[in-house]
Amino acid sequence: MKYAGLLVMPTGFFLAIAALILFPDPARRGLFVVCGLLVQVLGLVVTVRGHLLNRGETRP
Amino acid sequence: MMTSSDQGASGLAAAMTFALLLLAPLAIAGLALVNAGLGRSRSAAQALLGSLAMMAATFIAFAGVGACFAGPGGSAVFTIAGKNWNWLGTGPVLLVHLDKSPIEAQLAVLFNCLAVALAALIPWGAGADRVRLVAGWLIAALLGAFVFPLLAHWVWGGGWLAQLGSNFGLGDGFLDNAGGATVHVLGGACALAVVWIAGPRRGKFPKEGLATAMPGHNAAYVLAGCMIALVGWLAFNCAGALLWLHAEPVSLVVTAINTLLAAGGALGATLVVTWVRFGKPDASLCANGWLAGLVTSSACAALLPPVAALFTGIVMGIATPLLVEFLELALSIDDPSGAVTVHFVGGLWGLVTAGVFAPQKGQLLAQLVGIAALLGVFLPVVYLLLKVLDRIVPLRVDPDGERIGMDLHELGGGAYPEFVIHRDESYR
Repeated sequence: MKYAGLLVMPTGFFLAIAALILFPDPARRGLFVVCGLLVQVLGLVVTVRGHLLNRGETRP
Repeated sequence: MMTSSDQGASGLAAAMTFALLLLAPLAIAGLALVNAGLGRSRSAAQALLGSLAMMAATFIAFAGVGACFAGPGGSAVFTIAGKNWNWLGTGPVLLVHLDKSPIEAQLAVLFNCLAVALAALIPWGAGADRVRLVAGWLIAALLGAFVFPLLAHWVWGGGWLAQLGSNFGLGDGFLDNAGGATVHVLGGACALAVVWIAGPRRGKFPKEGLATAMPGHNAAYVLAGCMIALVGWLAFNCAGALLWLHAEPVSLVVTAINTLLAAGGALGATLVVTWVRFGKPDASLCANGWLAGLVTSSACAALLPPVAALFTGIVMGIATPLLVEFLELALSIDDPSGAVTVHFVGGLWGLVTAGVFAPQKGQLLAQLVGIAALLGVFLPVVYLLLKVLDRIVPLRVDPDGERIGMDLHELGGGAYPEFVIHRDESYR
């Protein structure tokens, strides 16, 4: 789960880079960069969930 | 061709930058004191010795290897869609011929050395009371040799983020005044990775009930550290404005005032929030608020009008205590120094506001692309690097070492030999 989230985050980065290359129009470029950031937030949320401690189970 | 007045102005800027950089280590000293004070008394000596060791490791690693990747002299470039993407410096190793380089290049190396040392202290504070000295030392060496130089090249060394303006018409390219991205977001991402990999302190999250409160052992260290750090931060922000943004020396007064306003606004907001929430102001959270304000100023102090700097600080000051609580209670993140909130979130907020309030067209988009690079490249890379390092050299001390304290376990003696050390159970 945590690794899946970490893999999603570069995907958002590549979406932002693709927007720079593919869209000269500032509005569409901005929209895709924001979409890339949202994908990264999704990846971060998945990573955070993967690291949540299960209460009552293994803990130091 | 450079006229004599241009040369005079350039010489003045270089002299001012050098003088400011001599004060910048106070930011590192302040942060080291804050980290030591927010940890337990039985780990205080290890925390401070560790800070010195991190500084040493980063200086050597950056000077030996990192500087060749960070600098603008020689670059690895590839071309996509007719645009050049400068992604890595390829200068000489071991600072060969540095003495014959232009003064700006020498100052850039000095700034980077100090900046990476500050970045290395951020994960060290987050892993307080459980991360081993040797592991912290290796993390600092990795940061100084490879990770920080790559980002520093992208942002300050003429890399592709700096060229977003010339290549894609996005304002002046990604702007980072004095390390909002390269120091604080990177250090905060590293802190998050350390906290996740090393896990929480023993007894922090019991099987039932709320998280155990483990207050810092010395509020005086923490608050004195905040005051010392202010001097260093002023120096970093003004030197960064001269070096990276090529600001005129006359504009430095506003940069310094913005730094004060961001820190002051953040502290005031945190003071009010904790007062309302707990009935009394909380010293450690207020220190976190102050530092968070300083961190936001690192990203944007030279780019904003004073009112915007105050607004930026106030918003971060309100968010800091709430985020610290949320990360601990809801996400089980045991971060004794509040590094994730203060540096990671504070740095990101500063970078966004630099784009929001910038007059240049497209600057916000440039900042967002930079943030996408930080989240999409550096957080996963740092996590995976530390995960591999943890397999080779475990980050976390063994349970017995944690029980007796890092000072006794790693150094053989405590910071306060005449004090009675509390047992874990005394926190219940």
